[in-house]
Amino acid sequence: MSTQRVKIFSLFERFWHWAQMLLIVGLLITGFGLHGFHDLFNFKDAVTLHTSFALALLLLWIFSIFWLFTTRTWRHFIPTITGMWGVLRFYSYGIFKGERHPYRKAYWRKHNPLQALAYLMLKIVLFPAIWITGLAYLFYFAWRDIPDATQWLHGVALVHTAAAFAILTFILVHVYMLTTGHSFRDHVIPMITGFDEVDLSPEEEAYLRQDQPADIR
Amino acid sequence: MRSPISAVVLLLAIVSAPAANAIDNWPTPPATTAPPAQISGPLQGGTADHTKFKQLQGPFTSGPEVTQACLGCHTETGKHFMENIHWTWSYQDPDTGQQLGKRYLINNFCTNSRGNEGMCAQCHAGYGWKDETFDFSDERKIDCLVCHETTGTYYKTPNSEGSPACSVMFEGKPPIDWAAVAQSVDLPRRANCGTCHFNGGGGDNVKHGDLSSALKAPPRSLDVHMGEDGLNFACTACHITNKHVWAGSRYHVVSKDTQGTGKPGQRTDVATCESCHGLAPHPVESLAGFKLNDHVQSIACQTCHIPEFARGGVATIVDWDWRTSGKTKNGEGYHEHNYIQGNGDHRYTYKSIKGDFTYAEKVIPEYDWFDGQMVYTTIDTKFDPQADFIEINGFDGSRDDDRSRIWPFKRMHTWQPYDKGNGTLVYTHLWGEDDAAYWGNYDMGAAIAKGMADFGLDYSGDYGFIETISWWPITHMVAPKEDALACGDCHVPTNSRLASVEGVYLPGRDHNRWLDIIGTLIVAGTLAGIIIHGLVRFFSPKSKREQQG
Repeated sequence: MSTQRVKIFSLFERFWHWAQMLLIVGLLITGFGLHGFHDLFNFKDAVTLHTSFALALLLLWIFSIFWLFTTRTWRHFIPTITGMWGVLRFYSYGIFKGERHPYRKAYWRKHNPLQALAYLMLKIVLFPAIWITGLAYLFYFAWRDIPDATQWLHGVALVHTAAAFAILTFILVHVYMLTTGHSFRDHVIPMITGFDEVDLSPEEEAYLRQDQPADIR
Repeated sequence: MRSPISAVVLLLAIVSAPAANAIDNWPTPPATTAPPAQISGPLQGGTADHTKFKQLQGPFTSGPEVTQACLGCHTETGKHFMENIHWTWSYQDPDTGQQLGKRYLINNFCTNSRGNEGMCAQCHAGYGWKDETFDFSDERKIDCLVCHETTGTYYKTPNSEGSPACSVMFEGKPPIDWAAVAQSVDLPRRANCGTCHFNGGGGDNVKHGDLSSALKAPPRSLDVHMGEDGLNFACTACHITNKHVWAGSRYHVVSKDTQGTGKPGQRTDVATCESCHGLAPHPVESLAGFKLNDHVQSIACQTCHIPEFARGGVATIVDWDWRTSGKTKNGEGYHEHNYIQGNGDHRYTYKSIKGDFTYAEKVIPEYDWFDGQMVYTTIDTKFDPQADFIEINGFDGSRDDDRSRIWPFKRMHTWQPYDKGNGTLVYTHLWGEDDAAYWGNYDMGAAIAKGMADFGLDYSGDYGFIETISWWPITHMVAPKEDALACGDCHVPTNSRLASVEGVYLPGRDHNRWLDIIGTLIVAGTLAGIIIHGLVRFFSPKSKREQQG
């Protein structure tokens, strides 16, 4: 077992992350504007931007889902209990003692257990909640004549807004987490260059050096 | 019917039956013995110069003589004309069965024409209606000139003399050159219709709010259709005429047109926006255009495209108080004019014969769901005499009703006389030469007693004043599209145009208060937690790595 600098985020994954970041920030700003929290945009522009960002994000997600399943990288997000306690203990106690983060990235486990669970919840709960309700609202014209359509729309709006608050909360925590463990910079750089320090088994290292030499430094 | 073939035939029959019904007159209907008249397009340009007609050279000494000359060539027009509401002043609502029409209704302006025709029937498209003896079957009494003359010199005076206090207003007018006005006839212009329709309720724009003398020669910014520097539409461009019957009615409102333009030459029966602009009027060149076309389902075109009415410098009356009428100075009626409107004209704010008026200009309409059906409080309607207010014309509508859309209205509020004992509105005898006519004698009790007795109506003898509301759907003074309402005029948390409209979820206007509070608390709590966590870390022993760094 040795720690090496290995490419763990492919070009597409990095593009996905940063494009998603920009789109979600845009959606949050325009979305809370539509909700009446600020007046940075007029309503028409806010609707146009919000819808355009949303459609772009949905397209990105379609590609990313395809990517996750064809490259088998979905396995990074399988929830696990192993190591969870250590991570929880670190954030609530060890971090104040100046302890080292207990988790070591592995080649097929680039997220710590808490991260993996958080991202999984984002992917299977919050994101679907917001895009299903968003699409339902966008296509309101197609179901506006069903019985009690306006009550349903009320519910759709409620879930959409609640999911938006939850995603904003996630982002705040997500960004703060970058300051923990290593420096903020150490956390951000891998998502730019793709390379991070990963514990490799001798077999993994041998495989990478032989077959994917560009992915290991 | 078990064979597959018969099943297919049955299926085809089921599928094709509605499709066949959906296409008018198809397949070609079987020939009848008498084929219907051929269909022509709308008349344009004209084919005759009326100044050259011998029949119109005169001399004429009165309006009816001119009418006879008209009918000499236009042989069927008299019969056609006598069917229309400008002549009958009568309309029976096919759905409620209510007897409507100016001849019968009570409004909350001058209250009633019934019994006051000597004055009010100046706006009847006929000659001489002053009481119940008027002959509605005599086509020589039709007034062709009021709608068709174009010199602007034609005028009418009351059909009966009235009180000397009033008749003095109509003296000293120049004589009419009958041959000149007769030869000037043309298709009606805005000023022709406006003679009455701009002056409903007793003065310029008093009644409708969206029909004023400013529309005689309006700029495009006041009305995009009628603007002289734009399309320059006459009223009949939209209020299409067939045998002297006009499309578009306040008694029978099409609140949601689901047919659109129809085939070329069709839809001559309505004056709806959709009959020209179609059912998807906004160009779909942006997301907003697509979204706006969705709005057509719930929002009348007028709601966004007439942002304010009583524009163009002419005010409308929004409040009328009959309680203060009847004050005199030295035994004579008087008036005050303390309102100067946009075009600089002074308007009456008090008249002894009518009471106090409140004016408004550039008025933001009231908005509500409207299914097109007005239900009137007529002379026959009984109500609770203690009621807070009475709606002269109430209406219904909701999001769940597929005929309803959100419409703009002028709300007219009035304190007007009513029968306190019986709980009914009253016919007031305003105009006349007798001692009971309110205008000249100022005795409301006597005027009501006579107004009711003349038509055999029960009057308790005890009158009071009650608040009444009438609702006027706003549909003229359509602004150019750049002046239409913006999304944010309704989709906004405070001061939304549609603040009071229920039954919809309006993004931007509507919120779940608890969700907003809880959501904000969670976000703020997370931020606070991050700050505390960060501070504790900052003041905790540093790790080796950080110490080295």
